[in-house]
Amino acid sequence: MAHGPAKGLTRWLYTTNHKDIGSMYLWFSFAMFFLGGIFALVIRAELFEPGLQIVQPEFFNQMTTMHGLVMVFGAVMPAFVGLANWMVPMMIGAPDMALPRMNNLSFWILPFAFAMLASTLFMEGGGPNFGWTFYAPLSTTYAPPSVTFFIFAIHIMGASSIMGAINIIATILNMRAPGMTLMKMPLFVWTWLITAYLLIAVMPVLAGAVTMMLMDIHFGTSFFDAAGGGDPVLFQHVFWFFGHPEVYIMILPAFGVVSAIIPTFARKPLFGYSSMVYATAAIAILSFMVWAHHMFTVGLPFIGEWVFMIATMAIAVPTGVKVFNWVTTMYKGALTFETPMLFSIAFVILFTIGGFSGLMLAIAPADFQYHDTYFVVAHFHYVLVPGAIFSITAAVYYWLPKWCGRMYDEVLGKTHFWLAFIGLNLTFFPMHFSGLAGMPRRIPDYNPLFANWNMLSSVGAFLFGAAQVLFLYIVIRAIVSGRKATDQVWEGAHGLEWTVPSPAPYHTFTTPPKVD
Amino acid sequence: MEKGTRKTVLRLALSAVLMFVAVFTIMPPLYTLLCEVTGLRKVGGAYEAEEIKVDAERWVNVQFVATHNDAMPWEFRPMTYKVKVNPGQKTVIKYFAKNNTDRPMVAQAVPSITPFSAVNYFHKIECFCFNHQPLEGGESAELGLEFVVDQDLPKQVTTITLSYTLFDITEQAKPGLAQLN
Amino acid sequence: MLGKSKRLLVLPLYAVLSAGLPALAWASEWPLNMTEGVTSISRQVHGLHMQIFWWCVAIGVVVFGVMFYTMFVHRKSRGVKPAHFHENVALELTWTIIPILILVAMAVPATKTLVHIYDTEDADLDILITGYQWKWKYEYLDENGDNISFFSLLSTPRSQIENAEAKSPEYLLEVDEPVYIPIGKKVRFLVTAADVIHSWWVPALAVKRDAIPGYIHEAWTKVEQPGVFRGQCTELCGKDHGFMPVVVHAVEQAEFDAWLEGKREKARQIAEAVKQTLTFQELYDQGEAVYQKNCAACHQPDGKGIPGTFPAIIRSPIATGPVAGHINRVVNGGAGMPPFGEQLTPVEIAAVVTFQRNAFGNNMGDQIQPIDVVNFKQGQ
Repeated sequence: MAHGPAKGLTRWLYTTNHKDIGSMYLWFSFAMFFLGGIFALVIRAELFEPGLQIVQPEFFNQMTTMHGLVMVFGAVMPAFVGLANWMVPMMIGAPDMALPRMNNLSFWILPFAFAMLASTLFMEGGGPNFGWTFYAPLSTTYAPPSVTFFIFAIHIMGASSIMGAINIIATILNMRAPGMTLMKMPLFVWTWLITAYLLIAVMPVLAGAVTMMLMDIHFGTSFFDAAGGGDPVLFQHVFWFFGHPEVYIMILPAFGVVSAIIPTFARKPLFGYSSMVYATAAIAILSFMVWAHHMFTVGLPFIGEWVFMIATMAIAVPTGVKVFNWVTTMYKGALTFETPMLFSIAFVILFTIGGFSGLMLAIAPADFQYHDTYFVVAHFHYVLVPGAIFSITAAVYYWLPKWCGRMYDEVLGKTHFWLAFIGLNLTFFPMHFSGLAGMPRRIPDYNPLFANWNMLSSVGAFLFGAAQVLFLYIVIRAIVSGRKATDQVWEGAHGLEWTVPSPAPYHTFTTPPKVD
Repeated sequence: MEKGTRKTVLRLALSAVLMFVAVFTIMPPLYTLLCEVTGLRKVGGAYEAEEIKVDAERWVNVQFVATHNDAMPWEFRPMTYKVKVNPGQKTVIKYFAKNNTDRPMVAQAVPSITPFSAVNYFHKIECFCFNHQPLEGGESAELGLEFVVDQDLPKQVTTITLSYTLFDITEQAKPGLAQLN
Repeated sequence: MLGKSKRLLVLPLYAVLSAGLPALAWASEWPLNMTEGVTSISRQVHGLHMQIFWWCVAIGVVVFGVMFYTMFVHRKSRGVKPAHFHENVALELTWTIIPILILVAMAVPATKTLVHIYDTEDADLDILITGYQWKWKYEYLDENGDNISFFSLLSTPRSQIENAEAKSPEYLLEVDEPVYIPIGKKVRFLVTAADVIHSWWVPALAVKRDAIPGYIHEAWTKVEQPGVFRGQCTELCGKDHGFMPVVVHAVEQAEFDAWLEGKREKARQIAEAVKQTLTFQELYDQGEAVYQKNCAACHQPDGKGIPGTFPAIIRSPIATGPVAGHINRVVNGGAGMPPFGEQLTPVEIAAVVTFQRNAFGNNMGDQIQPIDVVNFKQGQ
């Protein structure tokens, strides 16, 4: 039974091994992270000073759109699926994912989707230029011809996500080792289980939205066109019905990662395990009832505005429970501050700050001033960059020794952390101020009033970008010439994944472990 | 497969199917309810005229505006800009439309009402917005609207604004155009 | 730890500054907070904003305080032995209930403000605002149909945008035709759009309303003091989304009346002006100005257009074809171009058509008089 991987390119093309596929997902998302990062730097370079210097508005809009799409669908989501591929089977004592061939398919359609999406930039009329939220009719009647390729790319990404989600659910529900009851599963597995259900629920909604767009553009329907009895606002309802759960899809697995790392370096069990599970479920359920808080200025009836305000504020409660639990987990532990822990602590602090601005945005009357300004940009970057990106980075540092059997360089790791931390705050904290001062988002040029904050943001963005190049170097260096890691790796680590050798053999748990 | 396993699989599959059926049965009415409670659902279409008492004590301003969508070169404006009506009283007003181009075109007027609290209490009995409006090049028309304001209109509403946006649907309405010719 | 303590420094600093210290000299270069604005709504909104902000600061101080305390004290390097507790029902109930109470405390004033915003009492003045790619149209609604309407376009010169000239303080926040409103009167804005979704925002009034094609929504304001208030479009609406500002002049009623009368007078003058005959040079020069203001955004200042999106004027079949066809395209639009018949006066249309037919090497040699445009419009 025990045999190693095949040799050469076909190993990667035909592989059904969860570790190979997990690695491919992670490398792919890393590449997309840099691509999306380059788009972001084009934006920040143009916004360094008032006036048009580097790009024209038309191309600027393509950059904001592609940055959003690539980061959300190319960097964050595949990275979490990659982590799930690697870790879920090892955490629940399963030999592999439940549906290995579908696993291969769900990864391999992604490069095609993104190649198609990126190719639109070179088409006549340019790539998608209507923002990652692609509101109709800007994205239908007034869209460049490449929009059809964009729609098809979104369809493929959605198919990939749904297959990945089905696989994860099937694995978690069916392949747990004897004794691994649901309430014994590591929180990362729990959060991914809930995320996978969210994915299955909302990715078809996104597919529906883009299909309706496709019909409007090519087949003469008018779902989003008032002339034929449609409604452009319907698009926003459908999009945000997908879009709001989507932001939790990008953050719930991060909660799981942090809930694994903090106890390890606090040398103390996670505080309030069951309330963490319930809070995650509560957030997931609430996420289906708050979509219209993205649309407060669109013209909603009073009662609609009010209900969505209250429901949105309610999300603060389970989210708060999580933050309090993490802090209490650290309390009276024996803390050490290795790189994964640093990123996790930064996650808790900065994500909470993003949560605060989220609470402010939930207040509907105040949102009339915040909506579509840089305050919103600051808010969602504070939840997504320290939220998703920092937790993924923490996860890579935390599990890399298990994946490749070698340690990363701790000094370089900490340098990476501080560069990223300072770069991030320098980039996104000033955006709160420029937004409150009145700077709308998605503009290529602005009044000199906002100039100082924008210059700081741009400097910070390039620092943050440089920090990620260092990250790439650290990872490669660890894989090539890192110090040998022990099986346990971290002194305080618990869980099945630490019981297998480092690097984890190609096949693990071919006979299920016994969990007490 | 062992007998026990088969049973488990059967049970799981059955419960999964049941769960999905339940979700699909429960969710639409729940969301309908949510949309009704929050007022997200817009009500339109012709009003079934029923006998309602005229509330002569109360006066409501009804204001009419017109907007052209994008590449719509027609002349289009209300012929009455504002009327004072009693709730329950049927009123007829007209819009004027003229096709300023030299080719036959088809237009569609899209109505919209503000404020929100009035939307469900403004009833269109007869409206040109129910139909496509074909006009030859240079031709003009007076387009009629008959409406009634419901007596149950919330007390705080004193002005209702009705807007029509005129869209060019010549491309989409080729069959209608053929009829015209 | 320097990076994290920086955060702790920034928050109170920000708080102190925005809590009402006299405006510092550098506040205009490093603006920190939302404007209080000049209406009752904007003040209430500002109050809500500060209130929720202070709640966040308070919660942040407690949570981050505990966190930093534990990070300094409970370090392994200090020889601490880890505790092993991992649940406490009372504690977990407490931190579920307290946030709920805070949220209720926030929801009450927020609801009050929301009710205020949704007030539908009759207004003294109704203005219909229509968003276009990339300009605003204002129409002052009159009971008798004597409506005043005009377009409002960015007036910042291209040279400033392209960094050939120093930028004025109102850079990108200035328009050719500002919208005037009287102070102390309730003004109702009816907001809609003609193409894609826009959003009309003036921070000082705390009015932000999405302009949606085919749908009309309302917002109201009552400005307490005279002044010039600037805002921008806040919904991505295509290429020049960043270049369609809003400028509101709030003035005394008498000044407003005079302005309105001036607008009516100007409308009469425009009707007169179509009768005059202009020289080729007059037409060409005025046409160039009209072109740069209204056409250059799409067809580009050099007439080359953007391949695949906006056609070139140079050797275009329309600009070098029959005159009637050219006037028709400008007046009625078509092929994705909006009609300008309403937006430009006959003089301006005659001028810009003359300019396009003779500039960029088109050299058609013909000239079009305002009366030609009027005749074209009437002949339709």
